[in-house]
Amino acid sequence: MNQTKTIDLTGLKCPGPIVALNTEIRQISGGGELEALSDDPAFELDVKAWCRRTGHELLSVHTADGVIRAHVRRKA
Amino acid sequence: MWLDPFRRSVRQNRMHAERALQVGHFVTDKAFNPKWGFYSPSSNRMITQAPQIEVDRAAARTPSEIAGLSQRIDALEQEVSRLTQRTGVTLCVFSGDLDRLIAAFSIANSAAACGLRTSMFFTFWGTTLLRRPGASSPGKRLIERVFGWLLPAGTSRRRLSSLDMAGMGRGMILREMRRKKIADLDGLLAMAEASGVEVLACSMSMDLMGIRAEELIDYPKLRVCGATQFVDMAADGNVTLFV
Repeated sequence: MNQTKTIDLTGLKCPGPIVALNTEIRQISGGGELEALSDDPAFELDVKAWCRRTGHELLSVHTADGVIRAHVRRKA
Repeated sequence: MWLDPFRRSVRQNRMHAERALQVGHFVTDKAFNPKWGFYSPSSNRMITQAPQIEVDRAAARTPSEIAGLSQRIDALEQEVSRLTQRTGVTLCVFSGDLDRLIAAFSIANSAAACGLRTSMFFTFWGTTLLRRPGASSPGKRLIERVFGWLLPAGTSRRRLSSLDMAGMGRGMILREMRRKKIADLDGLLAMAEASGVEVLACSMSMDLMGIRAEELIDYPKLRVCGATQFVDMAADGNVTLFV
């Protein structure tokens, strides 16, 4: 039931990825997980700050081949 | 010696005095004279200075005072929670240059995406962004019409604040933005509209440049207000920026 939805935010630049992430996370239910892919180098720090501000949980974030994968869980 | 059974041991005296101290009674001295003082077990003698706990107990407040204090505590807790939850972001957008407007909208969109209440107050040259291109009203004086011709309207025809080079710098920047898929001002404005950023138009600037309320763009959260409203929103918020 709790399938992780993956959204591809590559090609979007600040503030595009965070705004799109915010729109997407509103569409999943509380406790649902979302994986976001972005090639914006600022995305790593931005997603950490965004989680701190909004209260959503950042499960993991790591970079591979210039693509940043961030796993977030929506707060209940 | 024959009074010995009626004498208590030092240890018994001490325990009695400690118990009396706990319940707040005064103790007598060894000659059973009532003394308005306290027995100090550590020094095994009467002390006339009351321990602080007894002083506080003597100064205890009446129930009505205590009820008043708890009301004050409730009010203070509400005030503290209101102050610590201040999270608004307010921007005063004074410039009409393309690069500054892009920066202002990027910050506003990021703030709105973080769930902060974001407002942008457009004044002076920033007010021209809120004018619908091609809109005009009858009954304008000549100087107001000249402002309308000279100043850009909407998101187009904006120059850079530096390295504009009579339009060459502007063209290069726009081309680079298109190549790297960076959102331009139209996209950022649409993003702001979707994120719920509040836009305030400065009434004084509108009056100065002859922009009428019916000439403003179609933006859901658009209001015309003055500097005091901006200051009020900024004072309620956490971040205030002048662009």
